[in-house]
Amino acid sequence: MVHSNIKFRLGKSIFFQVLTVLLASACVVPLVAILLYILGAGFNTIRTSGFSFLVNLPKPVGETGGGIANALMGSIIIILVASIIAIPIGILGGIFLSENKKSKVAYWAGLCIDILQGVPSIVIGIVAYFWFVKPMGGFSALSGSLALAIMMLPIVVRSTEETLKLLPDSLREAAFSLGMPFHRVILKVIVPCGFSGIISGVMLSVARIAGETAPLLFTAFGNPYLSTDVLRPMQSLPLLIFNYATSPYNEWHDLAWGASLILLTFVLLLNILTKILTNKWKVQF
Amino acid sequence: MTTETANESNRIRRSHRHIFAENVFRQALFLVGLALIVLILGVMITLAWQSIPSIKEIGLKYLWGKTWDPVSDVYGAFPFLLGTILTSFTALILSIPFSFAVAVFLGEYYPAGWVSNLLKNTIELIAAVPSVIYGFWGLAVLVPMVRGLETALGVNPVGMGIFTSALILAIMIIPYAATLGRTMIQMVPSPLKEAAYSLGATRWEVIKTVIFPYTKSGLFAGVLLSLGRALGETMAVTMVIGNTSILPKNIFSPGNTMASVIANEFAEADHPVYRAALIELGLVLFLVTVVINMFGKHLISRFTHE
Repeated sequence: MVHSNIKFRLGKSIFFQVLTVLLASACVVPLVAILLYILGAGFNTIRTSGFSFLVNLPKPVGETGGGIANALMGSIIIILVASIIAIPIGILGGIFLSENKKSKVAYWAGLCIDILQGVPSIVIGIVAYFWFVKPMGGFSALSGSLALAIMMLPIVVRSTEETLKLLPDSLREAAFSLGMPFHRVILKVIVPCGFSGIISGVMLSVARIAGETAPLLFTAFGNPYLSTDVLRPMQSLPLLIFNYATSPYNEWHDLAWGASLILLTFVLLLNILTKILTNKWKVQF
Repeated sequence: MTTETANESNRIRRSHRHIFAENVFRQALFLVGLALIVLILGVMITLAWQSIPSIKEIGLKYLWGKTWDPVSDVYGAFPFLLGTILTSFTALILSIPFSFAVAVFLGEYYPAGWVSNLLKNTIELIAAVPSVIYGFWGLAVLVPMVRGLETALGVNPVGMGIFTSALILAIMIIPYAATLGRTMIQMVPSPLKEAAYSLGATRWEVIKTVIFPYTKSGLFAGVLLSLGRALGETMAVTMVIGNTSILPKNIFSPGNTMASVIANEFAEADHPVYRAALIELGLVLFLVTVVINMFGKHLISRFTHE
């Protein structure tokens, strides 16, 4: 009687271990499925239209040989401008939080960063519309970049703060004892020491905004033509994927699969690169 | 003598410059900190201010009005609230067993080794895939599958709908509860577990009676963060939910969530009350996600500081 009870408990334990392993491994399936599907569909696009779809402009429905050059160009410009705006502010914000741990303003700023991290991207889109699009008088790539910059901020601020907090105080004290002024201690000693952590945060934030669509819907808006003017509407890869994927035309679907392959490759490579670098540099967040 | 005074005055000038630069730098840091606070306050004020026309015109009826008909100027947000709740909670129920399994797998059964490293990295990559790509994949793969399921069940086979969105969301939110749960489970002190083992507990009993109760609040926080993500997710849902403003009848019917209706209609909302009604949805979404995320973060910090 007792014996069978123990057997039952052991069996139950093994059952749950097997169940855990099964359920956990099942989580890999969707990602692999998505990767394989997009690789297949994307390479299909490349096979039928060659790599020229990367440099061609979209053509009217029904004509073959269209491309995604405008979206590719637009994505690069929008991400670059967003990074130029967000990275310096984010790093300064992170320095502020790590240098003023006890101040009230830093406490509230930290709380705001937490809040900002959870704000749905569509809400950022609405706010960016009222802050940037309306005053500027129309949809523009710049307003899209500003919206994305707001989304980048929390990641850059937090990673900078966490990295700098881990640096030993003796480092700072040694620099101060040599008579260095505060800004030099920070910019020439502390920030270079935490460089790897800050760079990883920046890379993650770029990967995060590269695929963002919702904040661009009412800001950069999309543009069927090639445009490099940041004050005019601009196409971007995620916007193109959204517009073409929900269209009824097969040629557009093919282009969207090609664009998905490019976007997914970029985002995943950036993530994996960050992982490798953080492992190599032993960065901890 | 003269060179010495020149040196001296040079040094004084330089240290004045340093002190000046130091103050400017400190002030710049402070301004950035302040700007972060102003940013969030600004978001809140902008949303509240811009939704005033709708709050004035419709009042609280907005929240339980069942018809959303911009053409005849009737705005009731209940179909979207229901759509959001249905998609998010279905997604949560579907994803919790999986994310907890990952958390236990990585936190307790196999904390080290290349297999668990691979699993850990894969799970984190799930969060990195852009949502528009999830939406496109869902449109191409999940919608036909769900259509097949609907035909088998004898429901109207649309394919797009609340259930499909919930499936996509369930995949997307796995990493949030899983990563946090793993960290929490690894923080369980081993003396507690060893005590249970020494009393003759099996591995599962240790997990059930020691690890789960100990990490309860942390696991719950992970679920909250997943929920916050699911509520605000826009693109993937917009692409597969079917986008109708009719009150969903069952879990397979097409619908709209708060985020998806904003994405679909904001750019073409020409009417002030119509636009304000959409922004009010954004305001509700913002407040709900802020509360959920803050509560989750509060639970995490309480757990890690104990």
